Amino acid sequence: MRTIINILNQPWPWYISGPLLGLIVPVLLFLGNKQLGVSSVLRHGCAMMNVSKNEHFRYDWKAEKWNLFFVVGLFLAGLFVATFFSFQLGGLSTSAINYFSDKQIPITGYFPIETYHWSANFLKFAIILLGGFFVGFGSRYANGCTSGHALMGLSKLNLGSLLAVIGFFIGGIIGTWLIIDNLF
Amino acid sequence: MRILKFIAIGFYFGLILLKSEAVSWYRIVEMFHFQSFHMFGVIGSAILTGIISIQLIKHFKLKSFAGEEISLVEKPETPKANILGGILFGIGWSLVGACTAPLFIQVGLGNWIVIISLIGAFFGALVYGVIRNILPH
Repeated sequence: MRTIINILNQPWPWYISGPLLGLIVPVLLFLGNKQLGVSSVLRHGCAMMNVSKNEHFRYDWKAEKWNLFFVVGLFLAGLFVATFFSFQLGGLSTSAINYFSDKQIPITGYFPIETYHWSANFLKFAIILLGGFFVGFGSRYANGCTSGHALMGLSKLNLGSLLAVIGFFIGGIIGTWLIIDNLF
Repeated sequence: MRILKFIAIGFYFGLILLKSEAVSWYRIVEMFHFQSFHMFGVIGSAILTGIISIQLIKHFKLKSFAGEEISLVEKPETPKANILGGILFGIGWSLVGACTAPLFIQVGLGNWIVIISLIGAFFGALVYGVIRNILPH
């Protein structure tokens, strides 16, 4: 039992966690006959809250309710891990650790709560708000995010998904090297 | 039952995203700096597992547990939207250090400030819906 708890406490190496992550694709197909995709929930949320009269949000969102339950599961996974597990640092690379220490960003669990907190300056609020905005806008524009395109789409060898994933990395490099590197 | 099933599958996905550290803000910054192989190993081996699974499903014409034909409908072809939307999404991913699923997981972890990003994400989806007719697809 102790060993099991120990294993659950630790972060898992990529060659264990990666394949387990990929298994979500067949698990969701076999159990629910649904293709993985998370960002659609942003559209369903807007449709459900009836915030726009636009035809894009006029459809039977109730037929896609599984997506809403799925993100409830995501939330609960976070709650579960935060409640029952102790945070253990994974093996960030030395160069990454040096980077965070140079930028005076303390390593706290999964998110830099000492850097982004409720009394942080306006700029930092703007960054996480805008970051969220681009995640929502970009994923709907690209018609999928890391789960729908990188995991599900690439698993199907879909060319559009490959384009989207190339876009994700171009954007990620731009955001990190031009903005995050100069923010702190 | 249907509700519980999808909550449980989401829970599984969330748990593995946490244990692989794909949820970690620090891992995302590290990945975009190419400072570690970790995230590339996670994503690469996950995709490889997915490709093999889909090939097996297609080859053996496997059915879902409920006995249905497994549906693998492709998304509409919108190459310009894929690349342009993808770039914008990538910028967002790097700024907040979380893509869509991790936003929900971060809030569950008790990092309440990420609610700001989540509200931003819903707003982004709303703005896209309103202006999509003038965007290239």
